[in-house]
Amino acid sequence: MKYYDKLIFELSRPGRSGYSLPASFAPGKGISLPENLRRKSSLDLPQVSEVDVVRHYTNLSQMNFGVDTGFYPLGSCTMKYNPKINEEIASHPLFSGLHPLQPEETVRGAREVIDGLDKALAAITGFRHFTFLPCAGAHGELTGLMIMREYHMARGDSARTKVIVPDSAHGTNPASAHVCGLEIVEVKSRPDGLVDVEDLKPLLGPDIAGIMMTNPNTLGLFEKDIKEIASLVHGCGGLLYYDGANMNPLLGKVRPGDMGFDILHLNLHKTFSTPHGGGGPGSGPVGVAESVLPYLHIPVTSGFHGNFAVMMRAYAYILMLGKENIRMAGPLAVLGANYIKESLKDVYKLPIGSVCKHEFVFDGLLNDGARDDVPGATTLDVAKRLLDYGFHAPTIYFPLLFHQALMIEPTETESKETLDAFIAVMRTIASEAAEDPQLLRSAPHNTPIRRPDETTAARNPIVKA
Amino acid sequence: MGTFAYFPHTEEDIRAMLDRIGVASLDGLYSDVPDDFLYKRDYDLPSAMSEQQVRDFFESLGQKNTRLKVLVGQGAYDHYVPAVIPYITSRSEFLTSYTPYQSEISQGTLRYIFEWQSMICRLTGMDVSNASMYDGPTAAAEALRMMVACGRRRNKVIVSSFLLPCVLKVVRTYMKYAGIELVVTDDVLSELGPDVAGVLVPQICKYGYVQDLTGFADKIHHCGALFAVYCDPSTLAVLESPAELGADIAVGDGQSLGIPLNYGGPYVGFLSCREALMRKLPGRIVGQTLDADGRRCFVLTLQAREQHIRREKATSNICSNESLMALWCTVYLSLMGPEGLRRVNELSSEGAHYLHDALLATGKFEDTHPGKVFINEFTLRPLRDAAALQQAFLDGGFFAGLQVDSGELAFCVTEKYGKDDLDALVKIVEDLA
Amino acid sequence: MSKIIEGLLYSESHEWVKTDGNVAVIGVTDFAQAEMGDITYVDLPQEGDEFSKDEDFGALESVKASSELYTPVSGKVIAVNEELSDAPELINQDPYANWIIKVEMSDKGELDALMNAQAYADSIK
Repeated sequence: MKYYDKLIFELSRPGRSGYSLPASFAPGKGISLPENLRRKSSLDLPQVSEVDVVRHYTNLSQMNFGVDTGFYPLGSCTMKYNPKINEEIASHPLFSGLHPLQPEETVRGAREVIDGLDKALAAITGFRHFTFLPCAGAHGELTGLMIMREYHMARGDSARTKVIVPDSAHGTNPASAHVCGLEIVEVKSRPDGLVDVEDLKPLLGPDIAGIMMTNPNTLGLFEKDIKEIASLVHGCGGLLYYDGANMNPLLGKVRPGDMGFDILHLNLHKTFSTPHGGGGPGSGPVGVAESVLPYLHIPVTSGFHGNFAVMMRAYAYILMLGKENIRMAGPLAVLGANYIKESLKDVYKLPIGSVCKHEFVFDGLLNDGARDDVPGATTLDVAKRLLDYGFHAPTIYFPLLFHQALMIEPTETESKETLDAFIAVMRTIASEAAEDPQLLRSAPHNTPIRRPDETTAARNPIVKA
Repeated sequence: MGTFAYFPHTEEDIRAMLDRIGVASLDGLYSDVPDDFLYKRDYDLPSAMSEQQVRDFFESLGQKNTRLKVLVGQGAYDHYVPAVIPYITSRSEFLTSYTPYQSEISQGTLRYIFEWQSMICRLTGMDVSNASMYDGPTAAAEALRMMVACGRRRNKVIVSSFLLPCVLKVVRTYMKYAGIELVVTDDVLSELGPDVAGVLVPQICKYGYVQDLTGFADKIHHCGALFAVYCDPSTLAVLESPAELGADIAVGDGQSLGIPLNYGGPYVGFLSCREALMRKLPGRIVGQTLDADGRRCFVLTLQAREQHIRREKATSNICSNESLMALWCTVYLSLMGPEGLRRVNELSSEGAHYLHDALLATGKFEDTHPGKVFINEFTLRPLRDAAALQQAFLDGGFFAGLQVDSGELAFCVTEKYGKDDLDALVKIVEDLA
Repeated sequence: MSKIIEGLLYSESHEWVKTDGNVAVIGVTDFAQAEMGDITYVDLPQEGDEFSKDEDFGALESVKASSELYTPVSGKVIAVNEELSDAPELINQDPYANWIIKVEMSDKGELDALMNAQAYADSIK
């Protein structure tokens, strides 16, 4: 990767252009706007040639790291390989040219994609049907909670205004609940990282709409008490919401619908291999159990049918997996996570040692190299040093239960050689920290830029050119 | 094993890895899962397909769709997509990366988002834009939430009933659960009062006509509320910018900037505002700074607004954005430049007015909005059976004349469609008994 | 060891209060600023806003954290330290000299529930 310093605006030359448009055919009928509707200010967009555009964005791309560049063990993000056939299918002109309001009889193929994906996801998760309107995981949470509220409102149960969220939950859970008009009640984790059932019991009552859980949780641990939790929450009249961000280890092994959950969202961009695109577009379909089915389509949370082209990719992936390969998806993801955990636990602090699922959390280095006059290396420093060695960093400082959290998720698409190389580098970094923590504290050294000054960026925001 | 292209593990690998872990089998990795949760039956899925089978399968599904010339807008516009865009956006460094948390190896994403923010600001005249939203409708809903968050105990918003149906549906949904009082009305100014946090109106109404919003800003600000405008960014090359209209917030959908129709998604919402509201703006924001060596670089900034830090106190629950779609628009606007974008509007307007006049000349339509100004979309009242007309359009290879709530038919013409296409459409009308 | 000033009153949420007749001058403690790290933004209320005791009236932001500010006493905001808008780092430099808001108290009795310097020092040990 090499540093490239231009912004597209800086390539601009008046009079240059990169467009190609047909000639006018009805010149008399062009725009004639009255003065009061017309734009007065000039429009300072770049004036560049097509070659300028292609080179500029190619140069930008070369400062970026993707799954196709290398290993991306970003915990909770499930950065698995994005199959290329999916891209070809998603851009098929017989689909990409469809207008969202076209009549049913002209979009039968597209409807079959949606119906087929619905059926496949139902089979994989044990839920009845899905809505595909949500465009991301957090959007799915919001939609799912709206469905939860509809369920209660239909029963005249309007006092259910609180939702229980574990302290280990993704930050989106409480935020989604709040946006949906629900109050958040936090339930604590036990020292072994699982939801404390005893802490949960007194929270349950006639004001509880439900509980949001991810299983396995954000520590990568399977919530084994889920059956009891489900019966307690259902017993008080609440529903169970499954945050599907951590569905990957269960792929081909466990169906959330069988654990007592009533509503779930899936992240097609995590579990079902669609590319993350630098932060989107994703797709966060919401599924429901039979009892919640009447409310599935009440909340309309996006403009048309959701991110259809993302759904095409996910469906293609599921068809490639088929009922045979899916059985190995979850287990191989879990195998990789446990393999890394066991290979590094003598140099990184492992707060919870039991078998993990798709991911696990270290709480920083065992020996951070701190001496009287020298501060030790932190999780941030380990993350930055990894970049020097050509790996993406794990998720850091999440979950909030540990101060130096380093959350690693390898996925099933990484080979043993890749994992071994990562393990070797993590061990090297641990040794470097013990000997010379400053080397880590000043990392990265070999990337297009060094550490940015984030404080100044936040104090004096420059957010446009 | 070794028969599935995306799983690289050999039998030997699995054995060696299990040995390191100290577990006898892959099943042993699930010893913490109660046995009755382990799914032992066959999944109700088809057998694994080969890549060619998958390709053939989608080809056959594609054949079940009808390829039509699209002369309908209503929130999704069939503008031409330059070849450069998919070429750039399919570069795997962009496509397969995550949200740019590690800025040292994400300068590509961060730079184009900064460019996107800048271009949205230049189009709308606003001071700050976020890194994008899911789509225009959700951006509109978030704008309303944002105005309430700025409104210090004001909990009511007024929304114009002239917004596109796709926007209004989502706005109604969001407001319902958020507990925000929503008034939808033809005449937003008549509803102003001391409890109103904000007002949202479209610059182009659901029938395609450009609204005269002169004086709106003053009246809305006078009652202490904020003013948000929903706009089509493509038309901002020629129409008054939201800043010129005195708006505090500009929102809309970037689909008209080079994104294919995609049967409704993915598109990309934009949300931009004046500087005073910056701290309440939801979503990711990229800012410029310097690295340890003093070089210009870009980072995610103002993160303390966001859900991963504020949790339930965040303005919004949005976590991701539609980054790659923002790149589509950014590349599009780079190619077009100010003159290209103006030409797109000029050509679309020529086509739309040509069609408008020709349809009226058939004597089979009535103009119920005479003298109204439009760019690329308009509605006419059919004097014949609307369903028969629509069917004739479909039979002739057109998706045109979508019926809107007034009973009229909506048409939209972009620069993609020339005289031959439009003449063919008009002939269908003429030929209809 | 964080600095604590004798003669001020302290809240559990790390605000300090200095009284001047019926007016409470409110800021955050040295302990609070140290926990936050480099403060990048202070979300301030407006003059005239009214708050009841323990209500949040604003927030401190750093690059990776946000912390709500709570009024230790009920009343009306009569002054806001606007200098903090442009220079939030002042709170890092001297959290006691750089007050955040002044509140006209509606119930001086609420002061009794606050801690003195010694009690606050014990509470953060």
